[in-house]
Amino acid sequence: MKLSSKIFKGIATAAIATTITACGGTDQSGNFDDSVTVGILHSLSGTMAISESTLVDTEKMAIEEINKAGGVEVNGKNYKIKYIVEDGASDWPTFAEKSKKLIDQDKVPVVFGGWTSASRKAMLPVYESKDAFLFYPIQYEAQECSNNIFYTGATPNQQSEPATEFMYKRSPAAGKPFALVGSDYVFPRTSNTITKEQVKSLGGKVVYEDYLPLGNTEVAPIISKIKRALPNGGTIINTLNGDQNVAFFKQIQDAGITPSNGYYVMSYSIAEEEISTIGPEFLEGHYGAWNYMMSINTPASKKFAKNFQKRWGRDRVVADPQESAYNMVYLWKKAVEKAGTFEDNAVREALVGVTFDAPQGPVKVMPNHHLSQTVRIGEITSDGNFKILEETDGPVLPQAWNQFEPSSKGYACDWTNPRKGERYKL
Amino acid sequence: MELILESLFNSVAIGSVLLVAALGLAIVFGLMGVINLAHGELMMVGAYSTYVIQLIFKLPILKPFYDIYILVAIAVAFIVSGVVGILLEQTVIRRLYGSPLETLLATWGVSLILQQFVRSVPLAYATGCVVTVFISLIFGTFVPKHLFQGSKGKLIKAGALSTSAIAGVLTGGLLGSLVSKLSRASARNVDVTAPAWMRGGVDLFGMTFPKTRLLIIVITLVSVVAVSFFLNKSVWGVRIRAVTQNRDMSECLGISTENVDILTFGIGSGLAGVAGVAVSLLGSVGPNVGGNYIVGCFMVVVLGGVGNLLGTVIAAFSIGLMTDLIGAGRLLTIWPSMPQPLASTVDFFSTTSMARVMIFALIVAFLQYRPAGLFPQKGRMVES
Repeated sequence: MKLSSKIFKGIATAAIATTITACGGTDQSGNFDDSVTVGILHSLSGTMAISESTLVDTEKMAIEEINKAGGVEVNGKNYKIKYIVEDGASDWPTFAEKSKKLIDQDKVPVVFGGWTSASRKAMLPVYESKDAFLFYPIQYEAQECSNNIFYTGATPNQQSEPATEFMYKRSPAAGKPFALVGSDYVFPRTSNTITKEQVKSLGGKVVYEDYLPLGNTEVAPIISKIKRALPNGGTIINTLNGDQNVAFFKQIQDAGITPSNGYYVMSYSIAEEEISTIGPEFLEGHYGAWNYMMSINTPASKKFAKNFQKRWGRDRVVADPQESAYNMVYLWKKAVEKAGTFEDNAVREALVGVTFDAPQGPVKVMPNHHLSQTVRIGEITSDGNFKILEETDGPVLPQAWNQFEPSSKGYACDWTNPRKGERYKL
Repeated sequence: MELILESLFNSVAIGSVLLVAALGLAIVFGLMGVINLAHGELMMVGAYSTYVIQLIFKLPILKPFYDIYILVAIAVAFIVSGVVGILLEQTVIRRLYGSPLETLLATWGVSLILQQFVRSVPLAYATGCVVTVFISLIFGTFVPKHLFQGSKGKLIKAGALSTSAIAGVLTGGLLGSLVSKLSRASARNVDVTAPAWMRGGVDLFGMTFPKTRLLIIVITLVSVVAVSFFLNKSVWGVRIRAVTQNRDMSECLGISTENVDILTFGIGSGLAGVAGVAVSLLGSVGPNVGGNYIVGCFMVVVLGGVGNLLGTVIAAFSIGLMTDLIGAGRLLTIWPSMPQPLASTVDFFSTTSMARVMIFALIVAFLQYRPAGLFPQKGRMVES
């Protein structure tokens, strides 16, 4: 018993030591007239920590880059960006609570935060009631358009729609029926509603749709249903989340649902980070759709990847969510300089129309608070990257209200015109 | 025919995952009556040790034997989880025997600690900790007690402790320097890949049987047979059952109940480790991997009848069968001309989410009629 208590003491000391070293601040030399503190709010503990901590890393890197280049310039004065990192703890009410703290107590002019739609839905009322300012970096199901939020991830028409069209028209499974598999929560269900409408209008057929409860990794029944629904192969649209992807891909391969047998999986939540976790040997030959892929062969993309690896480790990868997180920090900086103030209402007004040469190519903030972005379809290769097969000719305009979904068809969002606002009829 | 075969295989496959996961709990909760909410985390420990073994076998020196790493991993996972379980029993559960509510809360706390432990401590050091505990356990068991007493006792004790600590530090350091992946803490899920001969499927009777599933069925079968043999035929097994049935009387007859408790808990935890190996073949390995199974484990044990191994086996396979029948919509395939309202009901429940709801509902309904499960424990228990 004495032994065990000693071990525990040792462990505790080690844990405390790690925490202390991890929380070292961000001190950088340079001549600044003043400083401004922004908020970063992602999950650093709990199930989402794995994904969200990569965003914190990227946002810190973007801030450091800006500071190194002289900070934010407002009315001839140079401001150094400082940040406060708060932990949303993978718990949605905590996101709302920490948002209140950042706005009321720390008085930050902007918060960069969130990953899951649930966390955003929890934060939205806080930002609207306090008329504060949130940047949200993840591709999501849209059907939302808040005056207080800027969305730098893709809307469905910037990810799933081009992907569905590719699968139906130009992939090896072209013309074959679709099966839809997702985790049981809001994003997969909304995304699949859109996909079903779109497949119907393309003339295709969705023969099977199923949702796995979050945390459940038993996919045997789903596999036998896929085999029955798609006896001759076809497209599987995958919106599973996190670990469930690992179980899904490992088990479908064992059951013979592979590209060589005519089954092609198009995934909306598998980026480079996830490929390395699942293992490329299970994913090779399947597809993904994103705005940014690490294999984009442009100087901007390579520089982004190189800087990230230099800052956080050579084995790290960058993926679409991180690129969106990186972009939002720069877009905010540009808008502040354009507005000439940190006051959030003015910055939000100035943001619309701001452009940025992002790692993915040029992006522009549109009146509906989303970005115009380039869409790419990639095939997963054995080395864990995407081979880019297709790329839209230019940035695709975002649709906050989906045009395939009957309830939102014919509506749009425009915050530059006070008479239009959140939702108006086209 | 093919349909029945496929359905049967799926039921057995799903059931054997449930069974291997619940087997350890059937001993810890069933025989000892300890509500161990950290059982899932003991599975997680087993899954992580599979991952560590896999990485060790990727080292050049062991590379030729990579194909059999999974067999080594099963043995290692059993020992590692068993050691962690014994540590847990010695430090926490031992003091709480007879107070189920406190045990429940304490083990839940332990489960959170273990989850955060693998997130924030590099796996190399974690392995070092396990080695330290393991060696000091060996000292405690095999060094005669009288050596620890007397004037030199303290010295010997200190020597034993520092030997095990040094061994742990050395193992941790060595692992960390050999395998760089183990030297950094990471909350990220890691991946266990089965060796090439175990991937893919076996084609038989016009069907594909996934090899990993077959292996899990074998692991489960062997575990069940081994456990029932141990409990029924070995001396310690008889002692365990005796203590289960009447602790005071066993103690009067000279059985060291303390040692029986340690052994029982160790074996139950070790089995959780074996389950961890099985689970790591199906999905990814992460801090939450065990937590996903804990409810299912308790469900199997309660449905089977607490304290009854056969009940656990039957409960696991019947849940597997129901999952397949309801979740895969088999009824509609078997009887396509089902009347419309019934057909739409069956169809409604044939999605994975709803199938789960249905199964839980059926179990709840069943337990209304048979509160003690399928096979209630007979005989004179101390508590009853």
